[in-house]
Amino acid sequence: MSAPPAVEAPVRPRTDPPPPRNARRLRDRLRRDWPLLVMVAPAFLLVLVFHYVPTLGNVVAFQDYNPFAGANPFEAFLYSEWIGFGNFEALFEDPSFWDSLRNTLAILVFQLIFYFPLPIMLALLLHSVLSPRLRAFIQSVVYLPHFFSWVLVVSFFQLMLGGAGLLAQVVRDAGYTPPEIMTNPDTFIVLVTSQAVWKDAGWGMIIFLAALAAIDPTLYEAAAADGAGRWRRLWHITLPGLRSVIILLLILRLGDALNVGFEQFILQRDAVGRQAAEVLDTYVYYRGVVVQQYGIGAAAGLFKAVVGLVLILAANKIAHRFGEQGIYQKS
Amino acid sequence: MTTIAPRRSSRSSRRPVWEERPSVLGQLGKGTILTLVTAAVLVPLWVVLVTSLSSAETINEAGGYVLLPRELDPSAYVVIFSGGLIGRAVWISTLITFIGTAISLTLTVLAAYGLSRSNSVGHRPLLFYFLLTFLIYPGMIPSYLVVTGLGLKNNLLALTLPTAIQAFNLVVLRAFFMNIPSELIDSARIDGAGEFRILTRIVLPLSKAVVAVIGLFYAVGYWNAFFNAILYIDRNDLQPLQRLLQGYILLGQAPPNVGGGAVVHIPGIGYSAPPSLAIKMAVVIVTVVPALIVYPFIQRHFTKGVIIGAVKG
Repeated sequence: MSAPPAVEAPVRPRTDPPPPRNARRLRDRLRRDWPLLVMVAPAFLLVLVFHYVPTLGNVVAFQDYNPFAGANPFEAFLYSEWIGFGNFEALFEDPSFWDSLRNTLAILVFQLIFYFPLPIMLALLLHSVLSPRLRAFIQSVVYLPHFFSWVLVVSFFQLMLGGAGLLAQVVRDAGYTPPEIMTNPDTFIVLVTSQAVWKDAGWGMIIFLAALAAIDPTLYEAAAADGAGRWRRLWHITLPGLRSVIILLLILRLGDALNVGFEQFILQRDAVGRQAAEVLDTYVYYRGVVVQQYGIGAAAGLFKAVVGLVLILAANKIAHRFGEQGIYQKS
Repeated sequence: MTTIAPRRSSRSSRRPVWEERPSVLGQLGKGTILTLVTAAVLVPLWVVLVTSLSSAETINEAGGYVLLPRELDPSAYVVIFSGGLIGRAVWISTLITFIGTAISLTLTVLAAYGLSRSNSVGHRPLLFYFLLTFLIYPGMIPSYLVVTGLGLKNNLLALTLPTAIQAFNLVVLRAFFMNIPSELIDSARIDGAGEFRILTRIVLPLSKAVVAVIGLFYAVGYWNAFFNAILYIDRNDLQPLQRLLQGYILLGQAPPNVGGGAVVHIPGIGYSAPPSLAIKMAVVIVTVVPALIVYPFIQRHFTKGVIIGAVKG
C-alpha cells in the first residue's frame, strides 16, 4: 500500500471540537492527568527504592565493598575501592561456587523432566472426571499446599518422612530401620522435587485446566466420528490445544531457571550438607550476608541474574521462531 | 415425547455420546491416582491436627504421632495463646500481615487505577517501569545493603516495605479496572467527580471481589514470609511465626513451657502440662490456619486472576 498524497490534510479553523490527542499540549494533558500520576507515585517510589536502587547497587560486585568504610552502607559504597572484575575472578576460582552452579542446573534439569509434565498430566486426569462435585473437591485439595509457606512444606515433609517422623515411627514399630530420607545427600534432588510437586503441582494445573476447557468440543466429536480413539484424540487434539500454554510455561520456567527456590534450600542445607544442597541463592546468602564478603556475594548474584535474563530472552526468541507467542510479542 | 425417553442417569448424561465408556481397569487406575493425590495433602494435615489436640497419654501410647483422635485436649493451644515466645510470634505475624496487606493493597489499587486510563500522560513508560521488575531481579546483596542502609534492621517495616508492590497483582488489578465501562467513569466526571472520588465511589465498589482476592494474595504472602525475617530480624521478640516453626520442627528446638513442669490452666479441664510434640503440632496448625480460612474466598476467583496475569505478564 502506498501512502495517500498528503495534499488533502485538512486545515480546520474551528476550535470547537477538541484537537486530536497528539496535538494537545503536554501541559494540558498534565493538568488533566496529574491526579492519576499522584496515585501512581507511592508505588513508583517503593519500587524505585526497593527494586531499582538495589538493581543499580549491583555495582558493589565491582568493588571491594567494605561496610566499615562509611557511617552507613551508602557512604561505605562511596568510599569502597573499585577493583574491576576481581570479585568475579575470586568467584570463578571458588570450587564451591561451581558446586552450587552444578547443583542448581542439575535440579533445574531434573525438575524440567520430572516435575514439569506432572501438572499437565494431573489436569488431563482431572479433566476426565465427570462429576463436577468430585472435581471441585479434588481441585480444592490439591491447590491448597500452594498457600503454605516453604517452612511449612518442609516441616510437613520432616514430620512425615523425617528421622522422628510418622513413616519412621511406623517402620520402627514394624521392626525395621527407618530410611534416612530428609538427610541423604544422594537422594536430595528427588526430595526437593517431591516437595515442589507437593506444593505446586496442583496449582500449576489451573492454567492447563483452563486451556483444556477452551478446546472446542466439536473437534473431539468430529475426530470421534472419523474413528479416532481416545488416545488418538488426546494426541491430535488435546495436546496441540495445550501447546502454546506449555511453551509459555516452559519459557517462564527457564527464565526463572536459576531461582530454584531459595527458602526450600536454605531450610535444608544444613541437614543435607553443602555438597548437595548448596544452590546459587544459598551461596550468595552465605558468601554475602553470613561471611560478609559482600562484593563476592553480589558478583554471584549478578552472574545469576544475567544468566537468567539471557535464558528467558533466548527461550522467548526460540518460541517466536517456532511461531509461538512467547511471553511478549515480537514488536 | 421427552417424557417417554428412558431417563439416563445424571452421570452418563455428562459424557458426550461419541465418547467410549472407560474400561474398568482405567477407572480403577484413575481412582487410585486421584485418591493418592488427595490423600498426600490431607493425611499430613490430619495427623498433625489430631496430634496437636491429643493429651500426653494418648501421644505416649501411640509412640509419637496419633492417627485416630481419642479425646480433645486443647492445652497446646492454650500455651500458644497465653503469651510467651509463641504468642509473641503469632502476634508479630498477625501484625505484619495486617500492616503489610494494608500498605500493599492501598498502593497497588492506587497505582493500578492511575495506570488504567489508556490515554493518560506517561502511562505507557510507567507500566513498563513496573513490568520490568518481572525480568530484572535486584539481587540479594544489594537489597540487603539498601534495607539495612535505611536503618530497617530489626524493624518490622523491613518485612513489609521491600515486598509491598507485586507487579503481578498490579497488572491483574489494572486489567480489571480497564474492563469497567468508560461511560460510567465519564459520566461521573461530567458530574464533577475527581479521580479519587471516581476510584472510591465507582471503581472500587465494582471491583470488590478482585480487590479482596488480591488482598488475600498479599496477606498470604506476608503471613508466609520467612526469608526477609532471616535477613533483617535478629531479635528474638520480633521473630514471626514461620521462624519459630523452623526452630521447632526443622532445627529440633524444644518449645518453651515444656519439660520444666510448666502447667497451664485450661478452663473446664484443670491443670495440665501439654506435651512438647503437641505444642509443635499446634504451632504447625496455627501457621496453616490462616491459609485455610482465606482459601475458600480466594478459590472462587483466583483461576481468572492467574490467567489474566499469565497472559499479560
